[in-house]
Amino acid sequence: MQINTFKTLLLSIFLSLSFIGNATEIKESEQSGEEFNVTDMIMHHVKDAHEFHIMDWKGHAISIPLPIILWTEKGLVTFMSSEFHHDDSGKVVVERKGQKFVKIHEEIYYASEAPHVSGTMSPEEPVHHEADKPLDFSITKLVFSMFLSMALLILIFGFSARAYNKDGVPKGIAKFTEPLVVFIRDEVAIPNIGEKHYKRFLPFLLTVFFFIWLNNIMGLIPFFPFSANLSGNIAFTGLLALITFIITTLVANKDYWKHIFWMPGVPVPMKIFLAPIELMGIFIKPISLMIRLFANITAGHIIALSLISLIFIAKSVWVSPGSIFFSVFISIIEVLVVAIQAYIFTMLSALYIGSAMEEHEH
Amino acid sequence: MSLALLQETVSYVPFAAIGAGLAAIGAGIGIGKIGGAAMEAMARQPEMQGKLQSSAIVLLAFVEAVALFAVVVSLIAK
Repeated sequence: MQINTFKTLLLSIFLSLSFIGNATEIKESEQSGEEFNVTDMIMHHVKDAHEFHIMDWKGHAISIPLPIILWTEKGLVTFMSSEFHHDDSGKVVVERKGQKFVKIHEEIYYASEAPHVSGTMSPEEPVHHEADKPLDFSITKLVFSMFLSMALLILIFGFSARAYNKDGVPKGIAKFTEPLVVFIRDEVAIPNIGEKHYKRFLPFLLTVFFFIWLNNIMGLIPFFPFSANLSGNIAFTGLLALITFIITTLVANKDYWKHIFWMPGVPVPMKIFLAPIELMGIFIKPISLMIRLFANITAGHIIALSLISLIFIAKSVWVSPGSIFFSVFISIIEVLVVAIQAYIFTMLSALYIGSAMEEHEH
Repeated sequence: MSLALLQETVSYVPFAAIGAGLAAIGAGIGIGKIGGAAMEAMARQPEMQGKLQSSAIVLLAFVEAVALFAVVVSLIAK
């Protein structure tokens, strides 16, 4: 097979440029004379935010403001996050309906009139109480990214579903999605849940697989609108694990509960010994699903960002070939890891559901 | 003179870093064992190579997950 030089060159340029989104922000803090703080930069990229930060241009942050929706004591308050003017340390106060709000580390608090009792802040700055926050239903960066991935999924699978001509042969995007759907059905759903019942759960398993995979991929793409770290947010993975837990509990049959609380086939002292362990096991399995996905995705992002930060920590441009090489290598591994993590989440969900519904012959 | 600041708080961050390193050792050992067993099985039965490779990758993700539990705990330490 002959190597196509043009395509190879194009791919190399694309890969080496794909980190520009991270690079520009760091330069700004260098010029303003601060030490480059790796932890802060990484945490900023990995966490949620009320605006979609694209880059910094000449010391000025360019970002897309997102709506802030708060449920306060006086009702619903909405405004755009541009009212805070990129402020994250509680200095800018937004006033709506007679209430003042400040934003500190991407959390919105009520601003109080008087300074703290310990008196370390000046009286002109409205300070916050740690506990007083309105309920925050804003469309943040991650919520926006979730809506985007939902829209993409609906588009992709809407087109796939319609792309079948009357022979059952797919055309268009269904040529890509059909092997995946068949793979989930034949390798994940049927072996774990069984022929009789798998159809009830197949939509859930397919949704979980493609939703997690698409969100992971979107976290890997470094430019707007895709660069949010949604599946590295523990609330998101926690909710998916919770749904799996609820489904497992609802479809469980009597044998399942019997095996947990009164394990048949062992002597009575063992039964009593095993019951608390099995009880903990009911909860630990979804928790491990949650942490596994969260930690894998977040760790991948942190590693990629840290390798790029090597250039800025060493403050030398000669580190960049090695750093970019490692970053590209890690990113390639991440592409594999995101698919595997989506598959493992789906497979373990199918396994838990299947084992809850299993008919035992004793 | 402010009153509150005479407590000495120990920072557990260095221990957290050591813990993460130990987790990496654990992951390395686990992945090495899986890789070794997979290599041996593939050498015995080259026609099963595809299935063995995919199973190895899936088992690898489980081992990584356990190591990452430890990393999450070390991230939480302040």
